[in-house]
Amino acid sequence: MFEVRLHGRGGQGAVTSAELLALASINEGKYGQAFPSFGPERRGAPVVAFFRSDDRQIKVRTEITNPDLVLVLDPSILRIVNVTAGLKDDGILVANTRYTADEIRKELGLRCKLAVVNANRIAFEELGIPITNTTMLGGLLKAKSIVNPDSLIEPLRERFGRIADKNINAFKRAIKETELSF
Amino acid sequence: MVGKTKTDLTWQEIEIGGIVPTPGNAAEYKTGDWRSIRPVWDRNRCVKCGICYVFCPDAAIYEDDEGYFEADLFYCKGCGICAHECPTQAIAMVEEEE
Amino acid sequence: MGKRIGLEVSLSAAEAVKMANVDCIAAYPITPQTHIVEHLSELVNNGDLDAEFIPVESEHSAMSVCTGVAAVGARTFTCTSSQGLALMNEIVHIAASMRLPIVMILANRSMSAPISIWNDHTDVMSIRDCGWIQVFANNGQEVFDHVLFGYRVGESAQVLLPVMIHMDGFILTHVIEPVEFWEEEQVKEYLPDFKPIYALHPDRPVTMGGLGGPGIFSEVKVSQDEALIQSKGEILSAWKELGDVVGRHYHPIETYKIEDAETIFITQGSFGETVSLVVDELRDEGESVGLIMNRLWRPFPFEEFREATKGAKNLVVIDRAISFGGQGGPLAIELRSALYKEKNQPTFANFICGLASRDVTIADFKNIYRRAMEKVKENPREEDFEYYGVRGK
Repeated sequence: MFEVRLHGRGGQGAVTSAELLALASINEGKYGQAFPSFGPERRGAPVVAFFRSDDRQIKVRTEITNPDLVLVLDPSILRIVNVTAGLKDDGILVANTRYTADEIRKELGLRCKLAVVNANRIAFEELGIPITNTTMLGGLLKAKSIVNPDSLIEPLRERFGRIADKNINAFKRAIKETELSF
Repeated sequence: MVGKTKTDLTWQEIEIGGIVPTPGNAAEYKTGDWRSIRPVWDRNRCVKCGICYVFCPDAAIYEDDEGYFEADLFYCKGCGICAHECPTQAIAMVEEEE
Repeated sequence: MGKRIGLEVSLSAAEAVKMANVDCIAAYPITPQTHIVEHLSELVNNGDLDAEFIPVESEHSAMSVCTGVAAVGARTFTCTSSQGLALMNEIVHIAASMRLPIVMILANRSMSAPISIWNDHTDVMSIRDCGWIQVFANNGQEVFDHVLFGYRVGESAQVLLPVMIHMDGFILTHVIEPVEFWEEEQVKEYLPDFKPIYALHPDRPVTMGGLGGPGIFSEVKVSQDEALIQSKGEILSAWKELGDVVGRHYHPIETYKIEDAETIFITQGSFGETVSLVVDELRDEGESVGLIMNRLWRPFPFEEFREATKGAKNLVVIDRAISFGGQGGPLAIELRSALYKEKNQPTFANFICGLASRDVTIADFKNIYRRAMEKVKENPREEDFEYYGVRGK
């Protein structure tokens, strides 16, 4: 079982990211489970979403407190939420930031494996808006190949319709531009 | 069947959901028992206008072969509306005991 | 085999309603049931489902419409949660008394106050005695299957009762997971057309919902209770056939590793699958534990429980609802009644937890297990219950 906790702000698409990962897993014949932090939807408020993947049926339905990977969609979240809480010893933090891995590691005192990408810039250039959920999926897959990147293309197309290509471009660019610091 | 022989039916004999499958069986319900006074027509005053027939809330008044009106005492509850509405005061409400 | 599709469970539930080819949906949106209603209105609007979608102004109207529509012999669906259920309460009872096979999904949510949109089973318990057949689904697949099961059982001439499917709000309604859809052919094989014994029609007038005074009311109510008790036979055969058609097998209680278990967890709803993992972990640690997940809330499977708990020393009952001033949670109260006449009764530890979706983790369930074992040592005839994880308790 591989468990991911996603941090974002309401409206940024953290839930959608989790959902797309689940659909990609399921399409690969595996089991995927995605769900939001339950409650009213509040645009702008820090929110979390969860994703699990396994070869066997996923029976656990609790929130993820010891994730294998944490994905942070919004740079400002890094400084107001303890995103690495409960992260496994060999866990990975994948963050959206304009700083380098070394810089952010130093600023936040991080010891875990780290992957960084300037998703805001990519999203601005590819989509025209700083909605980083699809971009950050690229960062996530660069850090850990939970699913084959190709498996995400179909769910992305289905989800985004006429703006799917832009999202796919952002996703692919992030795979290339993510810096790993393991 | 509910309301028909209700003191006899066992639970096994109850129709699904207490449904009454026989339409119009309210006609078997004798409301004449409710009456303490009954309408009596004075044919000398009756002009056969039928207003009593129209106003009877229980449709318990019928027209006879000669065109006069009478109450069906199986249903008539003795409410007195017919007597109240009669334009020629042809209907008197009479105590049942008399 | 049907296609395996990744979808939010609310949406797959709506797709199951579509496969059941309902004639009418009357529903009012309320969190966390909203996505089911939204998706159904889309399906009708887009022409994917040939049904009347009636956007009513309240839940009371929703159930009133369903009752009227079912009375003319049409297949109807609605769904609600919590306060919405409370508002439709009056008609929920009438639908059962009039023996109208409506299917309703209840996205389980707390009753206010304080306002909670989150999950527990207090809404379920508010209509425990409404006379509907009530089943709990533990995952998305079970929700999907039980929509079709609901019509199959409810509309059966031997049953003619409404069926309520309980699914935990958010925990199930908002999760994306794979569900195996049925093939059209499988639905056809499993679910015949609704042929009511009585239906409102100008050519064949009947009276429904008439007056029932002291002289007849008891007989009518006993006939209703007997219908619910007797529905068990049809429920079992509908599950059997469901297994034959799609290969998934359901029972009034689902047991997991109870054969040699000294201690048995008993759950209802989506806790079940998580606790099955707890059982695995505790067994790895050498503990003799098993699990019973109750599926059939009404009619309650008394016999199955007596049989399944025969060899057990201890029962650990997990309730997700409060019975204020009662002796424990509603599930525990029911189980005590079930076992009252048994000679060798197991010990009984009852925990109420998970209110308003408060997370109960695998570690929490292990704590509950340890606490239960302590309680048993202290007093084997313990009749008290505990709130788990409540500050100050």
